[in-house]
Amino acid sequence: MKKIIKYVIIDILRNKIVLAYTVFLLLISITIFNLEDNSAKGLLSLLNIILIIVPLVSMLFSAIYVYNSSEFLELLVSQPLKRRTIWLSLFFGLSASMAFAFFIGAGIPILLYEATETGFMMLGTGLLLSVIFVAIAMLAAVMARDKAKGIGVVILLWLYFSIIFDGLILFVLFQFADYPLEKIMVGAVAFNPIDLSRILILLKMDVSALMGYTGAIFKDFFGAQTGLIISFTVLITWVVIPAWLSLRKFNHKDL
Amino acid sequence: MKKIIYIAVLVLFAHNLSAKTIRIGKMQAAKTIQQGLLLAADGDTVLVEPGHYHEKNIVINKFIFFIGINHPVLDGDHTYEIISIKANGVLVDGFKVIHSGISSIEDYAGIKIYSCRDVVIRNNILEDTFFGIYTQYGTNCTIEKNTLVSFSKEEQQSGNGIHCWKADSMRIIANNITGHRDGIYFEFVTNSIIWRNISEKNMRYGLHFMFSNNDAYISNVFKNNGAGVAVMFSNHVKMIHNYFEENWGDGAYGLLLKEISDSYIETNHFVKNTAGIFMEGASRIQVEKNVFEANGWALKIQASCMDVTVVHNNFKGNTFDVGTNGSLVLNSFNNNYWDKYEGYDLNRDKLGDIPYRPVSLYAMIIEQNPPAMILFRSLMTSLLDKTEKILPSLTPENLKDEHPLMKPLPL
Amino acid sequence: MIIASNVSKKFGKLKALDDVSVTCLKGECIALIGPNGCGKTTLIKSTLGMVVCDSGFITFNGNNIRHDWKYRARIGYMPQIGRYPENMTIGQVLDMMKDIRGCKNENLDEELISQFGLQDILKKRMSTLSGGTRQKVSAALAFLFNPEVLILDEPTAGLDPVSSEILKAKIITEKNKGKLVLITSHILSELDDLISQVIYMQDGRICFHKSIANLQQETGEAKLSKAIAQVMLKR
Repeated sequence: MKKIIKYVIIDILRNKIVLAYTVFLLLISITIFNLEDNSAKGLLSLLNIILIIVPLVSMLFSAIYVYNSSEFLELLVSQPLKRRTIWLSLFFGLSASMAFAFFIGAGIPILLYEATETGFMMLGTGLLLSVIFVAIAMLAAVMARDKAKGIGVVILLWLYFSIIFDGLILFVLFQFADYPLEKIMVGAVAFNPIDLSRILILLKMDVSALMGYTGAIFKDFFGAQTGLIISFTVLITWVVIPAWLSLRKFNHKDL
Repeated sequence: MKKIIYIAVLVLFAHNLSAKTIRIGKMQAAKTIQQGLLLAADGDTVLVEPGHYHEKNIVINKFIFFIGINHPVLDGDHTYEIISIKANGVLVDGFKVIHSGISSIEDYAGIKIYSCRDVVIRNNILEDTFFGIYTQYGTNCTIEKNTLVSFSKEEQQSGNGIHCWKADSMRIIANNITGHRDGIYFEFVTNSIIWRNISEKNMRYGLHFMFSNNDAYISNVFKNNGAGVAVMFSNHVKMIHNYFEENWGDGAYGLLLKEISDSYIETNHFVKNTAGIFMEGASRIQVEKNVFEANGWALKIQASCMDVTVVHNNFKGNTFDVGTNGSLVLNSFNNNYWDKYEGYDLNRDKLGDIPYRPVSLYAMIIEQNPPAMILFRSLMTSLLDKTEKILPSLTPENLKDEHPLMKPLPL
Repeated sequence: MIIASNVSKKFGKLKALDDVSVTCLKGECIALIGPNGCGKTTLIKSTLGMVVCDSGFITFNGNNIRHDWKYRARIGYMPQIGRYPENMTIGQVLDMMKDIRGCKNENLDEELISQFGLQDILKKRMSTLSGGTRQKVSAALAFLFNPEVLILDEPTAGLDPVSSEILKAKIITEKNKGKLVLITSHILSELDDLISQVIYMQDGRICFHKSIANLQQETGEAKLSKAIAQVMLKR
């Protein structure tokens, strides 16, 4: 398995896109921290990058990579290797590359300029989001044989997780404004890793506002030790389930 | 005329010369305080040596200087009011007053002033008292450098730290108050000053102000209280250079203003509160040169406020700058520094060329539907806010700072 | 050595393999022929585990390949269209395959690499190669690990005549070593000197599986192409 991971990573590194992504993140993070004299504003801009750019790039890159390496996969499958090994190697290679790119591009500036609780939470959720969306993209790519269709699905999924899901939540909140929805909302958030990460970061960043109103409920849940453990467990589940489903699918896929 | 003065001075001296000092302690003639007080006459000094005294209710009804050496302990055995002052000009200095009675009918206190004037209470430590230092109908009294700590868990079981009711010309200076219901409580108190106190971790308000006019509170720290500081139904109050910090929670405010008029809020720091200032029915308030930092809402101004002037303040790192509940705006904002301002200054006069609208769309949405907070800072809500900035529809049209500052003020 | 029993495979509505049963033994050189889309490649891919069959099973030396993957170490596969990671060089591809197979440099058959002159262009990227050169790489890889079974899908398509002859000679050598060789091809004429058996497929079914001697006897034709034509006519 190590060998395959090695070849996947070498191949990804040879592909300049990850390098470009890293440099892009690095430039943005450093600019953000240097331009804003107010670190709170810098963190806010960085939050948007983590919640929008990271999932999008992770998903698009992974999906395109899976499609483009179909020949590589074909070559490997005809070799004495378990399909499981091949697929997991691909997953680990992609996850490691995306997580590493995020770590270099955003993590190091965070550690240098903003080594606070908020910073660490951003770093943690950013790394997890990178991996989660690699897993989701691989699932989409293994389901859709056609490249154009697969990439379309990936973009739709990104739209869903970044905007449509929140739109639905807002709709429900206003339609059922007379009902106590706070607890249901806490549960609903588990169905969107981006929202979950956002709330985890907000609890460090906008703690004062979140303490008011229903914020207290969020704080009680997400802020507590058990809530934090549950949240991270849910995020990890978001890695495991798509990865496992895609692996099952790949085991029976015709190449 | 001169003669009269001479005589007066002589009389005074004679009086002082006749004044004696009574020591109370195990090795002294007066073993208990009650004995000692019986011996004392007006103008005497009563010195209490270190020890643990269970003296039930100590009533001081003579003009004496009641001084503890190295904080002798006066214990109320959870049953009694400990010191009751019923004479003018009394000094109570240097005691440790503990375990007062708790009652739901009577306001038992560690030290209570009954209808007298010129009393000085200083350098005392009060622990586990129901009310701490209580004044009713007091005039020109000084409460200074006392430390008050209460350990109750419930509001019902706890009184206020420094409680003044129907008093005038009070000076509350440099006290430390923790764990009471309200740290400092003022009701019908006039012409008084609250200065350099630290009131933190009280169950309800750090400072609670009702029907009290022409007062000032200056350079106090109100930190981590259940609901912050409340100033209600009063006028002509000056709030200067106080620190309002970490008052968190549902219905917690750095400063709650309700039915207030003709007051000044200047050079205060509001840091990490759920709402820095919450105003309801406030009128003719000058909010100037304050710092609002890292609050949930820096200012919440309900539509019932009018003629509130917000000028030359720094707003930094607040989640929301201003919140309001209606579209009617009779207040003015000018020349404040807002860190969220994205305008420009082409003529280099250090003022932004386009107005800043401190109320965001999402702040309005959350006002209507609090659980929507869960979507805050998501891509969708950012888009909503951006659209609203370009085409205002929900946010109040007139709520804007016409000339925001480009750089923060050095406050 | 390789036995397929009642193998069926559908791609959507298309039946690529329909109840195919076939037995391939050691030392044989089998031609798998038939019109386009008759299921030759699918059968080969099923054998390699690249396509998972819907029903039936394939065994390799008596082991069901469904739950085995190590058997592929004993197969050399040359795909119809050799597709390799585009930004690797020929040398890197060769090294990677050696690395993956865990082979030391001994026991490697690098004859084709030298005969095709690949060692001179080891630094070329796969993306820059012509179709023929790719085929050479595929062929070299198929023979590199000295496998017991060779599966060659259209081996000579796109190869120049010289290379084609080199490859044919190599196939014959290997066959003579007692290896099982499975070849698919459209160009029947070039199979003449190579094969010992013929499997003819049509519409996902096997029409016949005969030894070349049998076929010649039945049809009276020496040339494979003519013999096949005769069989088809009879039907």
